[in-house]
Amino acid sequence: MALNKYLSERKQALAQSNRPALIMTHVVCGYPSFEANWKALEIMDSFGVDLVELQFPFSEPSADGPLFVKANQEAINNGVHVEDCFDFMAKASQAFSFKVVMMGYYNTVFKTGQREFMQRLKDAGAHGFILPDLPVDEAGDLHVIARELDLSPIILMTPTNSDTRLAKLAEFADGFIYTVARKGVTGSDTTMNDEVASFIQRCRQYTDLPLAVGFGVSKAEDINFIGKHADIAVIGTAALKAWENDGEDGLKAFFSQLLP
Amino acid sequence: MDLFNFKDGREGYYGEYGGTFLPEILHSTIEELKAEFRKAKEDPTFWQDFLALMQSYSGRPTPVTHLANLSKKLGGAQIYIKREDLNHTGSHKINNVMGQGLLVKRMGKTRVIAETGAGQHGYATATMAARFGFESKIYMGAVDVARQRPNVFWMENMGSEVVAVTDGQQTLKDAINECLRDWVTNMDNTHYVLGTACGPHPFPEMVSWFQSIIGREAREQMLTSAGKLPDRVFACVGGGSNAIGLFQGFMDDQDVQLIGCEAGGLGPGKGNHAARLAYKDASIGVAQGMKTYFLQNDDGNMLETHSVAAGLDYIGVNPVLVHLWEQDRVRFEAVTDAQVTEALKTAMRTEGVIPALESAHGFAQAITEAEKMAKNEVVLINMSGRGDKDIFTIADALGDDHWKKFIKQKAQEYGAE
Repeated sequence: MALNKYLSERKQALAQSNRPALIMTHVVCGYPSFEANWKALEIMDSFGVDLVELQFPFSEPSADGPLFVKANQEAINNGVHVEDCFDFMAKASQAFSFKVVMMGYYNTVFKTGQREFMQRLKDAGAHGFILPDLPVDEAGDLHVIARELDLSPIILMTPTNSDTRLAKLAEFADGFIYTVARKGVTGSDTTMNDEVASFIQRCRQYTDLPLAVGFGVSKAEDINFIGKHADIAVIGTAALKAWENDGEDGLKAFFSQLLP
Repeated sequence: MDLFNFKDGREGYYGEYGGTFLPEILHSTIEELKAEFRKAKEDPTFWQDFLALMQSYSGRPTPVTHLANLSKKLGGAQIYIKREDLNHTGSHKINNVMGQGLLVKRMGKTRVIAETGAGQHGYATATMAARFGFESKIYMGAVDVARQRPNVFWMENMGSEVVAVTDGQQTLKDAINECLRDWVTNMDNTHYVLGTACGPHPFPEMVSWFQSIIGREAREQMLTSAGKLPDRVFACVGGGSNAIGLFQGFMDDQDVQLIGCEAGGLGPGKGNHAARLAYKDASIGVAQGMKTYFLQNDDGNMLETHSVAAGLDYIGVNPVLVHLWEQDRVRFEAVTDAQVTEALKTAMRTEGVIPALESAHGFAQAITEAEKMAKNEVVLINMSGRGDKDIFTIADALGDDHWKKFIKQKAQEYGAE
């Protein structure tokens, strides 16, 4: 699939660089505005991020922490529709060198219709999608449709999963695996420690796909740690926090310390 | 009819509704709960323990009462009510909560969390936690905290921490989201006591099972006191737990009509009400752990809902009831806020009973229909809770000047401290 190929190329390039890990960042579509999103993407692109998750806002973001909850809510209050997110995604995937994946909740897909949603993702240049409230057991035809369209379903592995479950999850996964470094919602602090390392090790036993580590990445040391044990560092809440504090300058300063 | 025999379909599905839509991190937690619930359901001593607990702690069986004055006044069917208001904590919510409490003990967990709309479920959970010695935290929309202060008062005094949720519409659905966020963090020692027959499997089945105690009692009681089965059975439907609880008692009695009464609020029109099935404003979606009918827009984002009754003010509905509705086994009707106030006044004046605003939806629909029925016909209403908790809302709705004067005076006393 296209995403697998892209990531393996990026991994090779990474080996030649002094960056410890591939980088995936996150933007909530339409929060605080599409203009601000665009500026954030320009900054992310200038720091050479490899992947960006574009989150489609949903009214019940039950897997998100307070900052993203607010972002989802305000985006909807600002009148952001699914249509606008696709338009923005199409523009972004053309303009920048990173690849784009969709992140959101399953109802957005379900309500649009599985096939139509996937087709529109494809048309907008997405390479995959992350739906944290859709367990593989409930995915039905979605993964089949995705494969037909060369879109990767990004699966989450978590520290509470049994070995049997991890093996099952690996069967459904494509592109890369999103390993959740700890319990909780997005944006809480995670200490990158042996426990995280051994969890990543456990995931590694079941898949050859690149492993992304998310939840709470904010410092250069975190990226170093992830580089040692996994492949992709996911930067979510910390970047939005930096933007909230000091807009473009804040975000630039944040990435400068994160990716020296 | 065994609604919960999944032999011929997918476990946790009722027709195409239900399912388990949860973040992966909760997969093992929900599997553990499913296994423990399955064991309990197959263990006859568990139900015996549950019955004994409900008898000694909550005063079960609750009676059915013949509303002779009201029946005579309307000149139609004989009206009976199932007195869930006489439970400890004043509503049917305690049935589900004590049942889940017994399961929590079996699972060896020490902390419980719960969402609450009207506050009845939070109140019942706080009570259960105190009784069983669990730590407890109750999430409640800030709007609901404001309109249901008396229940908050009791929860806090029973040792629960009450968190006012300020996200979204600040009502029941937002409290559920907040519970899910707590649960994905603390599942090791924490059980989420979901209060209605909604959410991910096994909750719809589990809550329905505990609430079936209402219907089992009611069927026998009606045969004894009315000498026949009711022709029609009415229950209000928010999430749907009191309705499915009562309806199960009559599921195999094909001649008994089952009527779910939803919150018609200000009447039809998106944003004016919380009627998912009786009006045509809802559509199928997936949220809060389940696939069912939701009041949502074309993007799949949830709509504002409105009801005078906080406990019915909810975007989704029990997937089992949706399945029964599609099969024409349960009929759905909407009752407006204005009808509810009238029904409540009638119930108080003619019979001296105070139904909760939620339960008054069932009363209002039953009154409308009973009037046109024959004198030898019988209807049964689930009086799912008592209205004392609604004193502030009811006093507002009735424009009661004595009450307002009292509140002003009380406020002055506190202000003077």
